[in-house]
Amino acid sequence: MSLAATGPLPRGADAPTPSLAGYVERDAEAGGGNRLGLLVAGAHCGGCVRKIEDALAKDETVTRARVNLSTRRLDVAWNGPATHADRIVERLAAIGFDAVPYRASTLAEGDTRALRSLIKALAVAGFGTANVMMLSWAVWAGHFDTMGEATRAFFHWLSAAIALPTIAYAGRPFFNAAWSAVSRGRANMDVPISLGVIATTVMSLVETINGGPHVYFDGALALLFVLLIGRVLDQRVRGEARSAVHRLAALTTQPVMRLAEDGTAKAVPPESIEAGETVLVAAGERVGVDGVILSGRSTVDTSLIDGESIPKEAGPGTTILAGATNLSAPLSIKTRAAGQATSLAEIVRLLEAAEAQKGRFVSLVDHAVRWYTPIVHILAAATFAGWVIAGAGWQPALVAAVCVLIVTCPCALGLAAPMTRAAAASRLLRAGVLLKSDTVLERLSRIDTVVFDKTGTLTAPQPSLTSHDGTAEDLALAASLAASSRHPLAAAIYRAAPDVVPAKGVSEASGEGLVLERPDGPVRLGSAAFVGATTTPHAVDGPEVYLSVPGRAPVRFAFSSPLRPGAKETIDRLSADFMDVRLLSGDRPQIVGAMARAVGIHTWRGRLRPQDKIAEVEKLKEKGRSVLMVGDGLNDAPALAAADASLCPGSALDISRQAADAVWQGERMADVSLILKVARRAHAILIQNIAFSMLYNAAWIPIAMAGLVTPWIAAIAMSASSILVTLNAMRVGGLGATRGKAEAA
Amino acid sequence: MDVLVYLVPIALVLSVGGLFAFFWALGNGQYEDMKGAAERILYQDDEGSDR
Repeated sequence: MSLAATGPLPRGADAPTPSLAGYVERDAEAGGGNRLGLLVAGAHCGGCVRKIEDALAKDETVTRARVNLSTRRLDVAWNGPATHADRIVERLAAIGFDAVPYRASTLAEGDTRALRSLIKALAVAGFGTANVMMLSWAVWAGHFDTMGEATRAFFHWLSAAIALPTIAYAGRPFFNAAWSAVSRGRANMDVPISLGVIATTVMSLVETINGGPHVYFDGALALLFVLLIGRVLDQRVRGEARSAVHRLAALTTQPVMRLAEDGTAKAVPPESIEAGETVLVAAGERVGVDGVILSGRSTVDTSLIDGESIPKEAGPGTTILAGATNLSAPLSIKTRAAGQATSLAEIVRLLEAAEAQKGRFVSLVDHAVRWYTPIVHILAAATFAGWVIAGAGWQPALVAAVCVLIVTCPCALGLAAPMTRAAAASRLLRAGVLLKSDTVLERLSRIDTVVFDKTGTLTAPQPSLTSHDGTAEDLALAASLAASSRHPLAAAIYRAAPDVVPAKGVSEASGEGLVLERPDGPVRLGSAAFVGATTTPHAVDGPEVYLSVPGRAPVRFAFSSPLRPGAKETIDRLSADFMDVRLLSGDRPQIVGAMARAVGIHTWRGRLRPQDKIAEVEKLKEKGRSVLMVGDGLNDAPALAAADASLCPGSALDISRQAADAVWQGERMADVSLILKVARRAHAILIQNIAFSMLYNAAWIPIAMAGLVTPWIAAIAMSASSILVTLNAMRVGGLGATRGKAEAA
Repeated sequence: MDVLVYLVPIALVLSVGGLFAFFWALGNGQYEDMKGAAERILYQDDEGSDR
């Protein structure tokens, strides 16, 4: 049971109002003003945008308020003190929007910049291609008709004048990547591409100067244009996935309340807390730091840390870790570590060891390029040598050699990987799955064993009411009280009877329960001690709440974490695909066993420590299995890093989200079977594309070696294969389309 | 063929103009919020409108 829904957690009524002043920055645009960046998760239509902007416009001090609907970010600037930020957030809360502050640095700004410079390169390449093509067609037509040599030379010079600066600009992404690879003694796809483009350009320039009949500027530019389209699409899909991951992180990384010496609390980002400082954690909030409890007594849900679904008691002196949820009463904690330094040192050590052992995954394309590049260069050299030996003179020999470089320039090969990846990633993005790493699709395509974690992964992140030994009236009464509290257990009671009218005059006793004063005496809803009930051991223990009505024995309400919707179907589908599905949990064996039987998993183990989970994963890998780990907690993080591929829910701890290769959003269980199918399909198409483009290039090599390639053949040969590869990659996107429609409905 | 002497420069100047217009739009943040722009057009501004 983890309480990390997207959005702020409910605060206890007793929590001091946090101040957001710690997030406010000086506004560079309006002199003397302040600005604040907020994430508004609830804004998803034009109406919301208008409501938010209108509400803020009513505040005279606000100088700027603009919602970006694509990123759900709100940028506010105002003239006045930093503490004004709280009024702005209250104003938003009053119209029904929860806003969470973010730091610009935590969001993916680098991706936007990279995409922007790629788009600029694409625009320049498009400009160059269109203009040079226009001139080229005239020249090509002129070969069959009558074009004066002077006109042809004029057109060639004009093409050179357009092509040289545009190639220099649009080719930078490739040249830079190729140079950095070569200077480290490696070869990547960009090396043959850059060589092909540069060789083509230089040869065309020499031809232009000598007044020769053939120049190839159009081919070089068209090549850059097509390759840049692939890069832009790939970068865009990856950027979208990454910014969604960052958004999740910003939404779940909540401000920490720092307690100053004068007793005032101030909300600050977790990373600005230093060891030794005291922080306040309200009931229902997630603990943002590691530390020792100074004062307060409460029950703490540590399911994200050790997988235990039953909350533990905590009091002064208890060590508490970031990621635990404080359930019942406010706690003040002396910080030992915060921000990036939190979490058990042991877990971090295991995580690092697992990542180091995994090493660098070498993708199929890298393998292909490793032997493709030298072969092509040897062939070009052989062509030159062959023509010289045959007595053709060094100039025609060089032209033929350069032609070999041109036709073998791995245009289709360079496009195959990014286009397939982009198509698969955008298909999965539609299903709510965000891919974080470049090679994850290839690793997913080999999976034959799926290992699930229980708490928070197979089960939903919120508790739900399972049983009560009272009547329907008791439930309705409890719900009418619970409606006024935002405590997770109260919220679960209210969800069980959502139609009741909330009772008026309910007061919340700090961290203990709710009281409703009635003429016949107080009605209480809360812990056993609060209502004066005697606790009796129960068969399945878990969180519980009691309701006491004057003159009657207290009624017990029991809670448990339900299965995530879709969990059973996902596991059934995986079993139908002949996957080996396993369940590894840190929870008690009887709870794990019951869950395994309920979802139809035959192999399960309980009470596993993080190192045991790694050992299980390693054991499977040693047997030659390819393991997909699905988990969310701190205890899963090392196993997520050790597995061949890993997946975690959006509600997971930050450390797990960082360790996982892919993240899925939403309450429902991710359709793991669909993810694996898309990955396998993408991989099959990638292999087809690589094989096709290699064969295609190989077919052109003899023609080029014979010196028969003219500019128009080169231009057509290059783009035809790229278009075929692109169309083939698009087939990934259609996979599971009918199921995709069902999701949307 | 004299026509080329001024037609080609005109074509080039026009396309360079288009390229710079695109760069300006990109730098000005016109493509930052494609969804928002599509929705905003459906709502009329109250202030400064006399219709």
